[in-house]
Amino acid sequence: MSIAEFFHMGGYALYVWGSFGMMALLLLAEPIMVYQQRKSILQRLRRMARLNEAESS
Amino acid sequence: MFELFRVIVQRDLLLAMRRRSDILSTLFFFVIVISLFPLGIGPEPSILREIAPGIFWVAALLASMLALERLFAVDYVDGSLEQMLLSPQPVFILVMGKVLAHWLVTGLPLVILSPLLGIQYDLSNEVLSALLLSLLLGTPALSLIGSIGAALTLGIRGGGVLVSLLVLPLYIPVLIFGAGAVEATVSGLGGQGHLSMLGAILIGALVLAPLATSAALRISAE
Amino acid sequence: MKKGLIHWFKYASPASFYPLAGRIIPWAAVIAVLLFAVGLYMSLFVAPMDYKQGEGYRIIFIHVPAAWMSMFIYVVMVFWAIIGLAVNTRLSAMMAQALAPTGAMFTFLALWTGAFWGKPMWGTWWVWDARLTSELILLFLYIGYIALRGSIDDNRRADRASGILLLVGAVNIPIIHYSVKWWNTLHQGSSVSFQQGSSMSSIMLYGMLIMALACWAYTIAVVMVRVRSVILQREKDTKWVKNLAEIQS
Repeated sequence: MSIAEFFHMGGYALYVWGSFGMMALLLLAEPIMVYQQRKSILQRLRRMARLNEAESS
Repeated sequence: MFELFRVIVQRDLLLAMRRRSDILSTLFFFVIVISLFPLGIGPEPSILREIAPGIFWVAALLASMLALERLFAVDYVDGSLEQMLLSPQPVFILVMGKVLAHWLVTGLPLVILSPLLGIQYDLSNEVLSALLLSLLLGTPALSLIGSIGAALTLGIRGGGVLVSLLVLPLYIPVLIFGAGAVEATVSGLGGQGHLSMLGAILIGALVLAPLATSAALRISAE
Repeated sequence: MKKGLIHWFKYASPASFYPLAGRIIPWAAVIAVLLFAVGLYMSLFVAPMDYKQGEGYRIIFIHVPAAWMSMFIYVVMVFWAIIGLAVNTRLSAMMAQALAPTGAMFTFLALWTGAFWGKPMWGTWWVWDARLTSELILLFLYIGYIALRGSIDDNRRADRASGILLLVGAVNIPIIHYSVKWWNTLHQGSSVSFQQGSSMSSIMLYGMLIMALACWAYTIAVVMVRVRSVILQREKDTKWVKNLAEIQS
């Protein structure tokens, strides 16, 4: 099976790659979004901690 | 216990009579939605006959959903809901009474008016009676299921739109069997099966929905 | 036995669950990547072409696991909702909250792949097939849950109100599913199933199982990261959060 044949998927290229592509997109986007969310929360908490320290000292 | 139920129904009916415009606006919403479809689709009687069951039922769903906001909101705002929840009376009865009063005020008029509107859609007498019967069984179930959503969203910003998101998916079985009953009558199959399913849904909703609504009210009024 | 029980209850508190979740994440992520590699290889290269549906049938290797996940995740959320309402643990509501977006994502994926499967097989992107319709309604239920959670500011009320919504949804799902099925047969819609004609070969079954397990591992990894964010956000005023190494640095 050549590479071109593989991507052609026996004429079903749009449907097969449309489905697998959407899965790849979602399963990559979601972890990135979740990781971004964690980063922004940590940043905020760190800023709050620093502010508290500055106040108490 | 029955006394309590009667008192609550009476009180809510009395309150509703004082603000009659609320009742009328739900009813007119139903009338207007149903009258708009022929204007959008065209006056062909054969098409209208075919789409009538779906349109009547979707309009009933929307009207019932719009009326939900007022089910607990007035009592919640003036604090009487909290008083009722604090009293030793069972909340289950309270919910049943309020939902019955609410249905009498917003659901029943719509059921009674539906045969009249059905004439606009060139429906035969047989179909009209099936429509009336299906709405009579279905709209109380809608009020009961909807009361859960109304209780959950009590006092939340944007509660009105939120209720539709929560409640409309739960209305789907009622829509399917209600419109199905009318449709089966139109096609001459007879709507008995659908109507008995509607009855079963109503009984199920009568038993389960007030439980969920009571729990939700307790959470929301805290 | 008793000691074991206490050991488990220990993790019901966010403070001790937070580091445990942190330890699970890399394992789940690695397992997910490995299983996805094997599963994709099997579904795209190893599985033979179906004589009836051609190469197009490879879509079901992701469609079926996605549909499974969409339902499993809802069941798991209901499980956490019941525990949260019965035992009143904060963590169980947080778990349900963290699961919802991933569940909605898999539901969307199942619908999307269903459409991409339906176009070549049935000739249209969308048919009112009983299963597709039920999947669509499941998506509405997820959206309702997320919307309700999002619009209640008080966390305790949000936990319990959304828990009740999940229970109501769980009672309704079978009713909705059967009424949609009945409606579908009455209207003589397409009764084509996803396994039309071809009996499922064992290699297909294994491929689908591996993909499903990969989705599980993926879900665990993502949900653990998300639940850690939720814990941090909600416990931000507690001492243990302030003493965390991530925040001290």
